[in-house]
Amino acid sequence: MEELSAKDLRERIAAGRITSVEATGAVFGRIDEREPVIGAYLSTYRETALARAAEVDRRIAAGEQVGQLAGVPVAIKDNMCSMFGATTCASRILENFHSPYNATVVKKLLAADAVIVGKTNMDEFAMGSSTENSGLKQTVNPWDTSRVPGGSSGGSAAAVAGRLCYAALGSDTGGSIRQPASFCGVVGLKPTYGRVSRYGLVAYGSSLDQIGPITQTVTDAALMMNVIAGHDPADSTSVDEAVAPVCDYLARLDEPVENLRIGIVPQLNSGADESVQRALNAAIDVYKAAGADIVEVDMPHSDYAIGAYYIIATAEASSNLARYDGVHYGHRSDKAEDYVEVYSKSRAEAFGKEVKRRIMLGTYALSSGYYDAYYLKALKVRNLIRRDFTEAFEKCDCIMMPVAPTTAFKLGEKVDDPLTMYLSDVYTIAANLAGIPGISIPCGFDENNLPIGLQILAPAFAEDKLLRIAKMFEAETDLHRKKPTIV
Amino acid sequence: MSDFQHKVIVGLEIHVQLCTRSKMFCGCAVAFGEQANSRVCPVCLGMPGVLPVMNKQAFEYAVLVGLALNCEIPSFTKWDRKSYYYPDLPKNYQISQYDLPLAKDGFIQIPPAGGKKAKGKDEADSAQSKRIGIIRAHLEEDAGKNLHTAGNFSSVDLNRTGTPLLEIVSEPDLSGGAEARALAVELQRIVRYLGVSEGDMQKGQMRFEPNINLVITKDGKEFKTPIVEVKNLNSFRALERSIDYEVQRQLDEFLETGLVLEMGNKTTRGWDDEREVTVLQREKEEAHDYRYFPEPDLVPVELTDAWLDEIRGRLCELPLARQVRYVEEYKLSDYDAGVLTGERGTADFFESAVATGGEPKRVCNLLTQVGLKLANEKGCGVDELGVTAQSVADLAGMVALGDVSAGAAAAIFEAMAETGKEPRLLADELSLIQKSDAGELEAMVDEVLAANPQAVKDVTSGGKKSKKARGFLLGQVMQKTKGQANPKVVSEIIARKFG
Repeated sequence: MEELSAKDLRERIAAGRITSVEATGAVFGRIDEREPVIGAYLSTYRETALARAAEVDRRIAAGEQVGQLAGVPVAIKDNMCSMFGATTCASRILENFHSPYNATVVKKLLAADAVIVGKTNMDEFAMGSSTENSGLKQTVNPWDTSRVPGGSSGGSAAAVAGRLCYAALGSDTGGSIRQPASFCGVVGLKPTYGRVSRYGLVAYGSSLDQIGPITQTVTDAALMMNVIAGHDPADSTSVDEAVAPVCDYLARLDEPVENLRIGIVPQLNSGADESVQRALNAAIDVYKAAGADIVEVDMPHSDYAIGAYYIIATAEASSNLARYDGVHYGHRSDKAEDYVEVYSKSRAEAFGKEVKRRIMLGTYALSSGYYDAYYLKALKVRNLIRRDFTEAFEKCDCIMMPVAPTTAFKLGEKVDDPLTMYLSDVYTIAANLAGIPGISIPCGFDENNLPIGLQILAPAFAEDKLLRIAKMFEAETDLHRKKPTIV
Repeated sequence: MSDFQHKVIVGLEIHVQLCTRSKMFCGCAVAFGEQANSRVCPVCLGMPGVLPVMNKQAFEYAVLVGLALNCEIPSFTKWDRKSYYYPDLPKNYQISQYDLPLAKDGFIQIPPAGGKKAKGKDEADSAQSKRIGIIRAHLEEDAGKNLHTAGNFSSVDLNRTGTPLLEIVSEPDLSGGAEARALAVELQRIVRYLGVSEGDMQKGQMRFEPNINLVITKDGKEFKTPIVEVKNLNSFRALERSIDYEVQRQLDEFLETGLVLEMGNKTTRGWDDEREVTVLQREKEEAHDYRYFPEPDLVPVELTDAWLDEIRGRLCELPLARQVRYVEEYKLSDYDAGVLTGERGTADFFESAVATGGEPKRVCNLLTQVGLKLANEKGCGVDELGVTAQSVADLAGMVALGDVSAGAAAAIFEAMAETGKEPRLLADELSLIQKSDAGELEAMVDEVLAANPQAVKDVTSGGKKSKKARGFLLGQVMQKTKGQANPKVVSEIIARKFG
C-alpha cells in the first residue's frame, strides 16, 4: 500500500478494496516510525484523521458519491490556515495561533474528502531554501538525513518522499515547492499566479506566492490540481475562469504533446553542478528520443532576477509581516513598558534571524528616497523578465532547466551565508516574477545518490500542457519509483 | 501694528464615511454604536492569510462624489498600502490610494461665506458663489478606535475598521474659517443629496483637517508663516473656530518670533473644544515614512466608459445649482431656496407640491414655517410626515384663495400630519374656513357699527384715533365670527362704509 500513488489509492478506496482507515492507519504507523528522524510535521491529527477516514469509508460503503481525494491521507504546509490545530508558519510569533477560518485550499481538500493528517514544517514564514529557518523544528532529507530537505516547503517534500502522506500542498514564492521537490526526489508544481486561491495562505510575497501540489507522481499533481485550481471570489488576484478556464488536468494527461519544442537556455545551465547538468541533458535526450525539437532561447535579463526578487519579495514581506505585533494575537512580550515596546519587543523576541533580515531589507527598499532606485526598478526588471518569457514561448512550448544548481546540501552548510543561500534560487525565481507555471520532476541522481530535479516552465495557464510534458518523461523512466534510504 | 497686512491660506482635507451596507474590503456590516468588536471578521481584523475584496458600491459612491466635485475620473486607478504602526490598525498598514487617486483636479462651488446665515431673508442674492479647487479624492479604509479607559491598558474597538472612507483634499483656496465651514456644509449637502453618506458629524461620518498659514506683507516684504495642520475636527463649529484661532495665533507668533515657513517646520495641532484653543501635538521623533507601495492583493480598477456613464446616470441636480434655480425659477429668496435645498427630500417634496399646482412661494412658506419645524420635532424628513405633496399644494391654494388664514393653515398642516386627512376636510372639521361672503359679512359689519358709536365717531374724526378704531371694529367682527371672517374682506367693507 505504501507503493501506491494517491490516485491509485483513491481508486482502491473508492472501489472498497482498501479502506481509508487502513491507509490512514498505515500512514500514522510510518509517521511513528520515521517522523522522529525526518521531522516533517509541525502537527499531526491522528484522531480526527482516522475519524474522517472512517466517515469516508462509511459513505463509500453506503454507496454515496465521494470526492476526488476520498480517503487519501494528505498534508498541508503550516502556512495554510486551518480551523483545526495551530497555524504557525514555523514561527514562534504564531506558535499558538489558531485560525478562526479555513484557507480556500483547505476547504477544497475537505470538500474532496481528503484526510488531512498533519501540517508540515517550513522555513519561518516561507523564507528560506532549506527549512533550517524554521523557528520550531528541524526537518531532514529522507534520502540523506545529514542533509536539508530544501525549502521552504521542506516539510511537505520530506513527508511525501518519506511516504508520510500520499500528497501534500506547498507554497512557492521563489522556488519553495520546486526546489524541495527536487532535493527530495518528488514532483512539485508551482501553478500560474492566480490559478489557485491564496485566501488563507499566510502571505510572504503576495505578488509571488502560489500554492501547489507536492506529490509522488505527475498524475497525482494533476489530481491535486483538479481539486485546488479555480477562481475564488475571496481572492481578487485569482483569475476569472472566463479568462483562463480550469480544465480536467487528468483528462488528457497521457497524451504526449505532439511536435514538442523544448527551449533551453545554455548560458544559464552552465552555472549548475556537473551532475545536475548531466541529468538535465540526459532528460532532454529522453524527450529528443520521443521526437521533441530543441531550440535555444535567450533570457537576457535573467542575471537581474535574483536582485529583483529579493527586493519585491522582501518589500511585500515587510508589509505583510507588520501585523504580527503582539497587539491582537500571537506572541506578546511581557517586558513591554508601553505600546511601542509591545511592537518592538514582541517582534524582536519572536521573529527569527532570516525573517528579521528580510523585513529590514524590504523596509529599506520601500523607504522614501530609495523607492525609485530599488522597488520601482525591481518592478521594471520584473516586466523585462516577463517579456523574456513571452518572447521565448513564441519559439517553444516549454523551457527546461535545472531546478537548483546543486543537490541537497548538508544541514548547517549555508545557514551562516545568506547570500549563497539566496543564489541557490537562481533557476526558480524567474517563474515567480513572470507568474508562469513550473514543475520539478525527478530526473536523476548525483554521485551521492541524491535526487536531481528537472524543471519545466510553461506559459501562463498552460498547466495542462506542462503536466502532459512532464508525464511524457515520467512514462519513459522509473525514477519516480525510487525510494529514499529511510523508506 | 499698522504697517503690515495678512492673507489667510487654508486648504482642507475632509474624510467622509460612505454609507455602504458592507465594509470596504469585507462583508461586515458598516455600523455605529454597536457592541465593541461585534462587527468584525478575519479580513477586517487583519488575521493571517486574509485577502481584501473591493466593495464595488463604495467605489461607485466615491466616483459619484468625484463627478459631483467636477473631477477628472481616470479610467485606471489602483490601491496602495500605507504603512504605520498603531493599535487601531490591525494590519499595521492601511489600504489607500497614493499616486493614482480615483478622482482629481475638480472644484466645488460654495455659497458666499455667511450668506446662509444672513438675517435679511428677502435681500437679493447679490453675492457670487466661490469656486474652490479640489486636488484629489481617494478611497481608503477607516481605522478602528483606541479607547483609553482606566488603568495601564487601552482597549481597541475594531467595528469601524474597514469602513469605506473617502478623503477629499481641497486646494488652499479658502480664506478663513467661514469659507472652510461653507465648504464643509456644502459638501455635506452634496454627499447627502447623492445618498452616499449621512454626513453625520456626531457619528464621525465627516471629519476635517485644515491646513492653515498666513502670508504677511510687512515693510514691502512677504513672509509665510509655518503651516499648521489641525487634526480630527468633527463639527462645523470646531472647524471654523480652530481656523480663526490659528489665524490669530500665527499672527501673534509671527509678530513675536518672526518664525517663517521652512522645509520640515509644519506642525500638527489638536483642537481643545472646551478651551477653544489649538494645542501642539507631540512631535514624532522621526518624520513619518509611510512606505507606500502598490497593494499586491487587489487588482487595479479599470473604469470603462460604459461603467462611468452608468455611474454618471446616478448624478442628480446638486444642491447649490438647485438653490440658484429656485431663486430664478420660483422667485424665492436665496435664504428660502437655501433652506428648501438643504435636504434632497425637502427639495424633492417642494417640487412635487409645485408640480401638482401649488404656488411656489406659498408652498415654500408652508414648508419652511410649518413642515420643517414639524419634521424637526419628529426627527424625520418633511417628506416623511405622512403628508402628501398634493395636499400641501391644495392647502397653499386655499391660503391663496383666502379660504383659510396663514395661522389656520399651520394648524391644518399639523392636523394633516397627524391624521393624513385632506386639508379642506380638516378646515371644515376644525371650522377654520374663512367667511368671505361679502353680503353676510356686510350685515355683521353693520351690526358692529351700530353697536359701537364711539368707535365710528373716532374713525370719522380722522387722525391717530381713526386707525386704532378701525382695528377695533375689525376685531369685533372677527370675534363675532369666531375668527372665521376673512379679515381682508372685512377691512374692505369697513373702508367702504366710511367711503
